[in-house]
Amino acid sequence: MSEIAQPFAPRVSASLVRVANTPAARRIAAVLVLILAWELAAILQNNPIMLPRFSATVLAAIDAIRSDNIVGAVWVSLSVLLKGYAIALAVTLALVAAAAVNGFARDMLQMLTAMLNPLPAIALLPLALLWFGLGETSIIFVLCHAVVWPLSLAALTGFDTVPPTQRLVGRNYGLSGPKFLALILIPAALPSLLSGLKIGWAFAWRTLIAAELVFGVTSGSGGLGWFIFRNRNDLLTDKVFAGLATVIAIGLLVEILVFRTIEQRTVRRWGMAR
Amino acid sequence: MSINRDVAVFDQYRAATKAPVLAAEHLSLGYAGASGVVAAVDDVSFKIAEGDRLVLLGPSGCGKSSILRAVAGFHTPTRGRILSRGRPIDGPGPDRVVVFQEFDQLLPWKSARENVAFPLVHARGESRRLARERADEALELVGLLRARNSYPHELSGGMKQRVAIARALAMEPDVLLMDEPFAALDALTRRKMQSDLLAVVERVGATLLFVTHSIQEAVMIGTHLHLLSPHPGRTVAEFEVTGRSDAERKSTVREVERLLVGEEVAA
Ligand SMILES: Nc1ncnc2c1ncn2[C@@H]1O[C@H](COP(=O)(O)OP(=O)(O)O)[C@@H](O)[C@H]1O
Ligand SMILES: [Mg+2]
Repeated sequence: MSEIAQPFAPRVSASLVRVANTPAARRIAAVLVLILAWELAAILQNNPIMLPRFSATVLAAIDAIRSDNIVGAVWVSLSVLLKGYAIALAVTLALVAAAAVNGFARDMLQMLTAMLNPLPAIALLPLALLWFGLGETSIIFVLCHAVVWPLSLAALTGFDTVPPTQRLVGRNYGLSGPKFLALILIPAALPSLLSGLKIGWAFAWRTLIAAELVFGVTSGSGGLGWFIFRNRNDLLTDKVFAGLATVIAIGLLVEILVFRTIEQRTVRRWGMAR
Repeated sequence: MSINRDVAVFDQYRAATKAPVLAAEHLSLGYAGASGVVAAVDDVSFKIAEGDRLVLLGPSGCGKSSILRAVAGFHTPTRGRILSRGRPIDGPGPDRVVVFQEFDQLLPWKSARENVAFPLVHARGESRRLARERADEALELVGLLRARNSYPHELSGGMKQRVAIARALAMEPDVLLMDEPFAALDALTRRKMQSDLLAVVERVGATLLFVTHSIQEAVMIGTHLHLLSPHPGRTVAEFEVTGRSDAERKSTVREVERLLVGEEVAA
């Protein structure tokens, strides 16, 4: 028995070590440690209004899905976000295209980008409310601001760093104007463009949640920020935590499912980014 | 007898009247510097006939690349003109395809085959299916058919240059322009690329304008040599490479060395 077990045991522990050393396993371990720390802290605090336990938050999340329509709130937030993001993309495309053909437009865009990029979008909300009133337009305005400048900056640097040889190859084959832009410049600048889109998305998501907190309800039903704000007013802190966890989960999900997948299939596959 | 003589006469006649595929007439090139235009090339003329392989040979900085860029249409001459089949060129065009020295001339987001097919579709307007077939033929010609689905970052430097050559050949340009395409390769790969290029170009009968600072490479590849002096580039000598045996090549190399290096030593 022991002769069989002995050579077998180290092999099991070796493969366990190997599994435990994968990045996924390490990440799961880190999350588990954090959850444990949270649970312990909440037990010690013993005040669910200040800090609910992890288990209570999970139950609150289930309850929120069942009876508090958190899914609807997510949908409201995402649809506003997508609208703002799409408009911002169109605006950026127009600005960058103008900059590509006209030197003055280019200087202008560069200056605007340098000036407005550091301005937090949420700081524009009071002004937006003054201009557009209490409604979706104001939110979409600040969302556009959150996306247009970082994306323009990424596009400008992306086009600037296209290898000169690839530009010459395009010109050699007689490409010019929109064809040159679509077939050479955009794919060659794709790593930069994708990271601009990613940054723009992250900024837009934060801005939106913050705006909803300030704003409350836009149309009949509120978004995720409003969900958090409303539950805090009712001192349902476990639901506030459930809302925050949802904000994080959606941010990560879009990052991993959308952007990482696109990167894997494009710039990484082509060896243009690591 | 008389038929043979007539054929010979006809050949001579054809050689005399053959219009050059490409001609540079009194070409001067310069760059705008801090204190006016700095001359890079001064009064250089040459003609390239169908099937010729003209090599511009000279030390680094003598303006070889500048000439090539001007012929490609990327750079406007300060004086003189460039004629393509007798017509002055007007900017870049796919009748003069360039193979660059830089490995990043392949589009990284396209596979080897897509890179070769790309100008066939977008510059010549061929259907995608036909372009793909022709790309495969061209890749086979340079011995890379097996790597057709690889992306440039998966290819070695030599393989990248082979794909670039295939892409240029597939376009069947009037003249193929090459700017030290093997300069960034190791010595062994370079030798192999030179003989392979020669074989392919002779097989398809391509017309070549080739730029190099290597005397060995020039004598290996060229049917005609055009020697340039540095700062600004001026014609030192031009001649046809006739003998192709090892001994004849060696004597050509010695002759070129005398003209290029000897002159510098004497000056
Ligand atoms: N873009 C440029 N701007 C200014 N001067 C240049 C530029 N390109 C080349 N030159 C100058 O022109 C001369 C010839 O350069 P080049 O044609 O690259 O020579 P080669 O290819 O023979 O090494 C050099 O003196 C170089 O410094
Ligand atoms: Mg050069």
